[in-house]
This record gives sequence, structure tokens and C-alpha cells, in this order.
Amino acid sequence: MTGVVHRPASAAEVAEAVRGAQLVVPRGGGTKPSLWSVDGADLLDLSALDGITEYLPSEYTVTALAGTPLADVEARLAAEGQYLPFDPLLVEAGSTVGGAVAAGANGPGRLRYGGLRDFLLAVTFVDGRGEIVRGGAKVVKNAAGFDLPKLMVGSLGRLGVLTECTFKVFPHPESCATLRIPGMALDEAIEAAGRVGAGAVEIECLDLVHGLAGWDQEIRIGGRSFALDARLKRAADLLDTDVTTLSGDADASLWRTRREFGWASPDASVLKLPLTPATAGALEQVLADLDASQVARVFSAGIQQAFVAWPAERVADLTVLDRALTQSKLTALALRAPADAASQPILGYRTGGELLRRVEQALDPAGRFGRL
Amino acid sequence: MTTTDAAEFLDALTRRLGPDRVLTGAAPMAAYESDALTAFRARPRAVVLVDSAKEVVDVVRLCAAANVPFLARGSGTSLSGGSLPVHDGVVIAMNRLNRILEVDPVRRTAVVEPGVVNLAVSDAAAPYGLYYSPDPSSQSVCTIGGNLAFNSGGAHCLKYGMTSNHVLGLEVVLPDGEVIELGGDSLEGVGPDLVGLFVGSEGLFGIATKITLRLLPKPETYFTLLAAYDSLAAAGEAVAAVVASGLLPGAMEIMDNLAIEAAEAAVGAGYPLDAEGLLIVELEGEKQQVAAESELLLEVVRRSKPYLEHIASDPDDRMRIWKGRKSAFSAVGRLSPDYIVQDGVVPRSRLGEALTKIQHLGEEHGIRVANVFHAGDGNLHPLILFDGRVEGELERAEELAGEILRLCIDLGGSITGEHGVGMEKRQYLGEMFGDADLDAMRRIRLAIDPGELANRGKMFPDAEAPALLSHGPHPLEVAGVISRE
Repeated sequence: MTGVVHRPASAAEVAEAVRGAQLVVPRGGGTKPSLWSVDGADLLDLSALDGITEYLPSEYTVTALAGTPLADVEARLAAEGQYLPFDPLLVEAGSTVGGAVAAGANGPGRLRYGGLRDFLLAVTFVDGRGEIVRGGAKVVKNAAGFDLPKLMVGSLGRLGVLTECTFKVFPHPESCATLRIPGMALDEAIEAAGRVGAGAVEIECLDLVHGLAGWDQEIRIGGRSFALDARLKRAADLLDTDVTTLSGDADASLWRTRREFGWASPDASVLKLPLTPATAGALEQVLADLDASQVARVFSAGIQQAFVAWPAERVADLTVLDRALTQSKLTALALRAPADAASQPILGYRTGGELLRRVEQALDPAGRFGRL
Repeated sequence: MTTTDAAEFLDALTRRLGPDRVLTGAAPMAAYESDALTAFRARPRAVVLVDSAKEVVDVVRLCAAANVPFLARGSGTSLSGGSLPVHDGVVIAMNRLNRILEVDPVRRTAVVEPGVVNLAVSDAAAPYGLYYSPDPSSQSVCTIGGNLAFNSGGAHCLKYGMTSNHVLGLEVVLPDGEVIELGGDSLEGVGPDLVGLFVGSEGLFGIATKITLRLLPKPETYFTLLAAYDSLAAAGEAVAAVVASGLLPGAMEIMDNLAIEAAEAAVGAGYPLDAEGLLIVELEGEKQQVAAESELLLEVVRRSKPYLEHIASDPDDRMRIWKGRKSAFSAVGRLSPDYIVQDGVVPRSRLGEALTKIQHLGEEHGIRVANVFHAGDGNLHPLILFDGRVEGELERAEELAGEILRLCIDLGGSITGEHGVGMEKRQYLGEMFGDADLDAMRRIRLAIDPGELANRGKMFPDAEAPALLSHGPHPLEVAGVISRE
């Protein structure tokens, strides 16, 4: 059950709505229902907070209102040969600037230079007292005051309602291509990924995709067109096996599908799990124990995160998964899931609870945003 | 605190650590009374030399129980007075907590104690072809704990970021002695980024006792270009042109004539002494890519008409170029008996404007300013030269420093890029941020540390520890709490 729906057109209107609410949750493009569906909460539809407020290509910075679709931001950057290196997810689906920051999730391209946390320079948000707060600075380097922009990354709208964000941007690689090795055993794939990762070739993306015949390894390399072929060959030599090379549209569409979750069934709950090459095995064990070895999944960004498509017909088992993840010290976010898929968007093992409790007390003493 | 309570508190510290590791009295504590911002001194109640994380926890708990402020100190290289002792507080010297607990080449992480020196991490990672990226100029002495507290940067931050972009996980002692874990081993996380909040909190949220750092593969090759110009503005324009070309260099640095003169006198880096602006641009990465990029870079830089260019011929030559740059701060000591290292940020496109204004401000105040800066990210380091023995010069120098910070705010930048607010810039934090912004930060501070025990008096323009005034003695000096050399 949803309460009142507000559609504020300014930070001041957001503040007013927050002050008048008992429980309130923000929504941007609505691409992640499990993150904005809270029983009995008022809804802050931020779609009217739309627009790029400042873009200075020579500064590598772009500022946009929180409800601005990422597709608009990316199009504007692309016209200047720049991009968001954290590689936002669900862009074509309609994901917004504020929704991406609040969810704190990145695409496979985060491997090259870093994630959202590394590219968010400044934020404006409304805290739980209805105050408009700014943090960070609109320049690429800053160490003044507490790093409130980072605190907002992954805060799921529970510490503040974002109204404006400034990102650092980078020049887009001139061209990209992808090497693919199909049907590897997981151990073999992880070992090969380590070999390529430790080598000299700088990699944009490295994903392992689970399939019926094993794991497909996909490695994207980007940079100056002139040097690309030589670099692809170097990486292929390191892999020491037969590889297919995808370039042009085939390369672009592969990674677009990946970040749009086109590989997952539309009604599945897509979970994001932080991972390392050393913990990938633990996740595989959890899935095997729950008889879920066949679920669609990707070990992404150099095996630093997993995306798992938990099937709709087993949604009731998410509570079992929650317990199993906790035991294995793994954490998951129900990133793109139906509204009622999980009682809590965060599953599994948690750290920093005591610090978070104190921060919540400071920014939202009345608990208007609910507690994480 | 009554005299009896104070004696009992010291007894408790001594019982826990033994008499050799609890320093009291003027002589043993002298070295801890200030940091690299030497204009200030303050005498702590005691300095404790801890050997383990457990001892840090116990000392913090004793402080919390007795309501005694404390701060952790590494090598004391803070240029913002961040590790200036709290008067009558406890300094927890972390240097003995200097073990590298683990280097994992597969995960590409290092787990270290906070007293580990920055460069030691890269040394330990080198056998695996890895390194720790943030490289403050003081990297051969400064510690990871201090880097973390102040979100230290360095010359190579444009591409891979500052300290906060390289910290994955923490074990932290909160100001009441509670121990928590933040983050983990992965580059990714779930939930609010509490590691990100903790890094750069200037010691106000407690003390990190175990730190998981991200390591990067060492670049296969470097292309280091030195270009000399007739004017600072021309060097600045070259930077703008490099940015516009779509190249992403690992570092872009500019030094002005005074800084060149100082660096040359100190280390003989081979810089041209007659240059008004010297640009260092460095590409890094894999061979083929750097080869392709270096052609474009040369083309772009040549269009900016330097009167001299030099490409580092080998790793030794490269090291020499960087040695000159990294020693510039201390080298300025040869030109002047005293100096203040400032740290501010302006939008890159307004660098030229900022430098011209800084020059005018210096002339107005009759004070020489040398400029060294991370041009790639608009991070200025004006070195304000003065003679503290001449009456009024320190005050004039500080006044000038303040005007430079206001200039940075006016141009839409920041009062600090990498040194932090510390003691030095507290009064300017309120000029950069509004009341509601500061109030939110203050609320977070108070929720985490209601007694304001952890590094009390830093960062916030508090009433109880007022900021340095530009004219006359500091109120705390009048009160006899702090003193200048």
C-alpha cells in the first residue's frame, strides 16, 4: 500500500514534502521497484527534477538534477566524446541520476577507473529533518568537510532524498572491442581472468557469464584505435586459447545488453553481490546448496561483483538465501526486483551497523525514511 | 578534571602500557607538540606509544571513561595542523603499528596497520607487479593512517583518484571504544558507503586500526614530458589543450619560476632556470597505448609553443624529473626562512585567472609566492614565503593565505584538495559551505562522538576553539593554550 504521491519540482518542494510525511521514499525512473516500494510510505516521484544544470567538458564535470534520466546525461556527454566511467545500469530502462547514486550499483565498465563512489563529486539532498544539505564540491579534487557524497552512494533513499548530483567524467576510449572465450570451467576462467588482469593490458570490462556449457569469458579492451589490434592480440596471447573477437555493433550491443540486464528474465529478481575472485566459490556453493546452480548469473567487473537473476517462481526462497549468504559472509542487494520480492532490499552479511545507526540518528532522527 | 582524577588517569595508562610507553613532561613530548604546520604548538597531557590495535582500543576506552580528548598521530606530516595535539589531551602515536599484514596478488589488495609508511606499501607490492597509487610528496615518511584521515592525494590523482578511492575495508575504533568493521575486500559494496564517509573525516570519527587497500598493476611504461614556457599562462593553456584532446594523463604538473629555482638548487633536476612556467605531463600504461598517445600528446603540446621540451630518456631521468617536483615544498626552505604551503582547488579552466590573482595578491602584501600545482585537477599549492623574525610578516602571510582560499571559493573551487581542513582552515569551512551543510556535518560528528573527544577542535569553526585570526594573537594563544614557534 502506497501513501500520498508527491511530485516536487524543486529541492524546496522535496523538503516540504519530507517535513510533512511520517514515512517517505523517493522514486526516480522506477526501474528498481524493490528499492522504492515500502508499505504505507508516501512516494516522492522525482521525475520533475529533470535537467542537466551544468556541463563543463573541459572540467570533466557534469551536474544534473536527481530525476534526470541517465540516458540524457550519457547522450550529452557522448556528443563531447566523454562518458560516465562507472558504467550505469538500466539506462535504457529509464534509470535516473539519483536512482543510480542511491542504489550504488555499477556496470561492468567500473573495472577500468572505478565505480559511482569514485566519480560522485558533489550532492544536494534533503535530510530527514527536511533540511537541504550540500556536500562535496563541483571540482575534480576536494578534501573539505565530511565526504557526504560517498555516504549517499548506496543509501537507498534512507539517509536523504537526492536532488542534484555532480559527477566527474572522462574522455571515452576512441574504440573498443571484446574477446570472448566460450564454455570455460569456473576455476579455469578465474585463473585466466587473473592472468589477464595482472598483465600489462588495460581492460575496460571483464565478465564471466554462466551458461549451459560453462562460463563464457568476455574481455573488453578500449583505447586509441591505432593501437587496439596490437593490444587485443597481446591479451589473446595471454589467454592462450581460441578466442572470438567482437567489434563495432557486436561489441557495443553485448555490453549494452549486459547492463540493461537483458540476459535475465524480466520477472526475475536481479541481485547484486560484492565479490572477489576468492569468494566467487563461496557464492557458487551457496547456490548449489539451494539447488540454484542453473540460475542466470554474471561475475562482473573483474569478478568484483555478481549479478544473480533469482527466478520469480522461487521468490519465497529469498529468505533462505538471505540466511545462507549471512553464513557465508556474503551480501546482496535486491537491485531490480518486484516490489514485494524481499522484506528488506539488503540480504546477507552486513558491516558497519553501529556507525550507520549513529548516522541515521543524525540525519533522520524521526525515521521518516525508514531504517536500513 | 581534578588533580587527583588526572593522576589516576595517567596511572591507568601507565598500568596498561608500562611507564616506558607513556610520555609526559616537556622534554619527552616536545617532538609531538606540532606537525608540519609549524606555526602552532600545543602541549598534550601525555603521549602514548601503542603496539597493537588492542592497545588503541584500551587507550580510547580509558580516554572516553575519563572524558579526555585524544588523537592518533602517524609521522606528523599534516600541513593543515591535523595532528596538532589537543591541549591536555592524549596523543596516540601509531608508528609502531607498522606491519603489512597481507599482500594478496590475486585480489590485488594489501591489509596494513595504520602506522605503515605510504611508500612501504608499494615496496611490499612490487614483487607482484603491483603498487599503491596515491603518492603524496611526503610518501617516504607519511603513514597510511594519516593519509586515510585526511584523504591525501598526490601528483598522480587525476586518473586513479585519491586515498578514498583506494580504501576498501576498515577496522575502526569509534570514539567510545566500540570496535566495528566497515566495507570488505571487494571494490563493490552494498548499503551506504561508510568507508567513504570515514576516509577524510580527519580523525573525528575515531581511529582506523586495520586497513584494506586496493593495489593496481604497475604501469608497463611511462612517457614523461617536460615543457618550458615563457609564461605561466602558456603552460596553463597547454594543460587545457591536453584535456581537450581527449587524452587522460596520469599526471599534469606546473611549477613557476620561483619553485623551479628552489627545486634546482635542492636536487638539480635539470629544470631550465629561465622558464616562467614548467609543465610536466606523464602518460602511463601499456606500451602500445602509451606509444599511440604520446604522438598525440607531443602534437598537442608543440602547438602550445614551449621554448624547450625534454622527454625523459630512461627511468633514472624520469625519477630525476619527479624528484625535483616532489622536493619543491622543502626546497623552498632554501629561499626563505619560513613558508606556508597552501592547498586550494579551482576549476581547471580558471587556473590562469587564479594564478594571476595570486600574483597580484602577493605583490599587494609584499610577500613572495612560489607556485607548484597539480594542474590536471586544478589543485593549487601556493608556497607563501615569509620571515617569521620580521614583526608582522607571519600575520601578513596568513592573511594572504586566507585571501587565496577565498579566491578558490569565489572561483567555484574548494579550500582544500588534499591536505584537509585540520586546524588551519576551520574558519573557511563555513565560507565554503552553508549553515545547513555544516549543521548536518556537525550532527553526524555529535552522533558518532557526543563528547567530541576524537581530535577535538579540528575541522569545525567551533566557538570553543576559535580559528586563527588574521590580526593579532590567536585567542587560544592569549589563553596560553597554544603557542607559535
